[in-house]
Amino acid sequence: MKVVDRAGMKGAQKFYLIAVAQGLLVTLGHAVKNLLNPARMPVVFYPEQKKALPPATRGRHRLMKRENGSPRCTACMLCATACPAECIHIQAGESPDPEIEKFPERFEIDMLRCVFCGYCVEACPLDAIRMDIPDVTIADYTRDSLVYNKQFLMSHDNRDIVADYNPPRPVIWTHGPHARP
Amino acid sequence: MDDQIFTLINITVMTIVMWIMPLQFVPVMIWLERKGSAIIQDRIGPNRAEILGFRLFGMIHNISDVIKLLNKENITPSSANRFFFVLAPFWSMTVSLLPLLIIPLAAPIELAGHAIRFQAVNFNVGVLYIFSITSMGVFAVILAGWASNNKFSLMGGIRSSAQMISYELSMGLAIVSLLMVYQNAQVGALIMAQGGLLTFFGHQIPLPNWGVFLQPVAFLLFLAASFAETNRNPFDLAEGESELVAGYHVEYSSVKFALFFVAEYSNMVVASFVIATLFFGGYQVPYFSTEVLSSHPSEVLAAVCVLGFIKCVLLGYFIGLKARQQATVFKKGVEKWEPYIFSAIFYGLAAAAIAGLVYAFTGSFAPWFGPVLTVLLQMGCLLAKVLFFCWLFVWVRWTLPRFRYDQLMKLGWKMLLPLGLLNLLATGAWLLIQK
Repeated sequence: MKVVDRAGMKGAQKFYLIAVAQGLLVTLGHAVKNLLNPARMPVVFYPEQKKALPPATRGRHRLMKRENGSPRCTACMLCATACPAECIHIQAGESPDPEIEKFPERFEIDMLRCVFCGYCVEACPLDAIRMDIPDVTIADYTRDSLVYNKQFLMSHDNRDIVADYNPPRPVIWTHGPHARP
Repeated sequence: MDDQIFTLINITVMTIVMWIMPLQFVPVMIWLERKGSAIIQDRIGPNRAEILGFRLFGMIHNISDVIKLLNKENITPSSANRFFFVLAPFWSMTVSLLPLLIIPLAAPIELAGHAIRFQAVNFNVGVLYIFSITSMGVFAVILAGWASNNKFSLMGGIRSSAQMISYELSMGLAIVSLLMVYQNAQVGALIMAQGGLLTFFGHQIPLPNWGVFLQPVAFLLFLAASFAETNRNPFDLAEGESELVAGYHVEYSSVKFALFFVAEYSNMVVASFVIATLFFGGYQVPYFSTEVLSSHPSEVLAAVCVLGFIKCVLLGYFIGLKARQQATVFKKGVEKWEPYIFSAIFYGLAAAAIAGLVYAFTGSFAPWFGPVLTVLLQMGCLLAKVLFFCWLFVWVRWTLPRFRYDQLMKLGWKMLLPLGLLNLLATGAWLLIQK
């Protein structure tokens, strides 16, 4: 085994005990300071206290709406094509608005497959899909409940997200852990 | 009662007590490890497991650990050597429970015409008994590593056994120089000898006659070697997880893993007891011999009360600080009030200590009170020393990085072993000059 002799280790430094004692004093200092002043520890009691996520967080998806409440999405399939995880499923239909050709009859995002890359947002020419809902604790007991449908994706506000925005949760989360839609 | 029957009962009780002692220390050690590492790393540490809302500052986690380990599937790999695979954890556990039988908890006392001793067995070769037992611990490691039929376990076992055998040499040399100074291998006599003051060419120095002051080099050697013997950081190469997954117990699960886990911690407790006994005077209270203590019950009670008062006030204060922090998070319920309750209990104990202080100077004492109080004080003193070394094990683990294997062997064979031999030579020369 070839051993590299590091430069700068000579004399008293090679005698481990001095460095060991110095290191022990550093850790003891932390321990004593934390005992005397628990508030100095940079921690939060997680489920009770939550740090506000920054407004630029890439979180859950939402579908943006036009002024009349219909989806901005025209079912052009660019997001579904860009998606590397193939988690976006769109079924196009003829739009009731004569100015617009298509609209999504079904728009489903499989959160179990989503890798949060944000390519769908980049791909969208109409700014119809955004990933700015500040919620990263996505978990549930059933697979079906983690496939978000068009109704839920459109239930969010159309405004810009601010730091203390309290996003709507899917109904399945609000009605007990095993409740299904 | 017949004297022999009394002695038999005495020995039986002490054997059971000293056998269970390391097991009682293990949950404390695990809690100390978790909480100690947390406060060293600016974290809160475990505080989530609860019974009826009581969290006991993370101690409930030990119970959930046990439930988890007992509920796991007890796997024996199909290609393992079944007999040795099962034998290894039991061997490890047995070896780690035996050495404490030789350690006295307090000086022997005379009570109601009976001699009571607080030591299970008292061989003339006591110190050698400790090392003969602990050196057998290496079999458990190598058996587990080999019988698992797994390359990682085998490498971990080989590494670990090489390390333990290498460091046993320096450990032995440290002990030899200590025994040369005290001229005795009986543990009881060794502790008796550490009771007085240090003598330096006929002059008394105001330091206790402890092994650490007589043999500082031997103490350092012994400390380093006992870290290596118990497979603790910075010498925990047996479980270098970056290269060996988990070392010799990769294939173990459930109860068998729990046995290894408990054995590791009780080894640490045993090492702490041995260091405290050989180098820090065992149960001896510094500057006060057993005779002085047992003949001054009121002063001793006053001292115990003052120490207890300081301890309870400090604990109550620290828990009070914790309570204030916790109250900012938990607005109601047991979670909010639990630390306040414990803080109040400790302040109450401090008040009781003041009451005891008053009684110490006004009350009168039965003749049995002095010796019994002495025994309690000496047990407390030994346990305080042991707890300090338990904390040292934890403290060092969360401070130092792990040695590389060649560094470990270099330290063991090229530094500690020559140092031990030189120390032996110097001790011999010293004893010759002093004569």
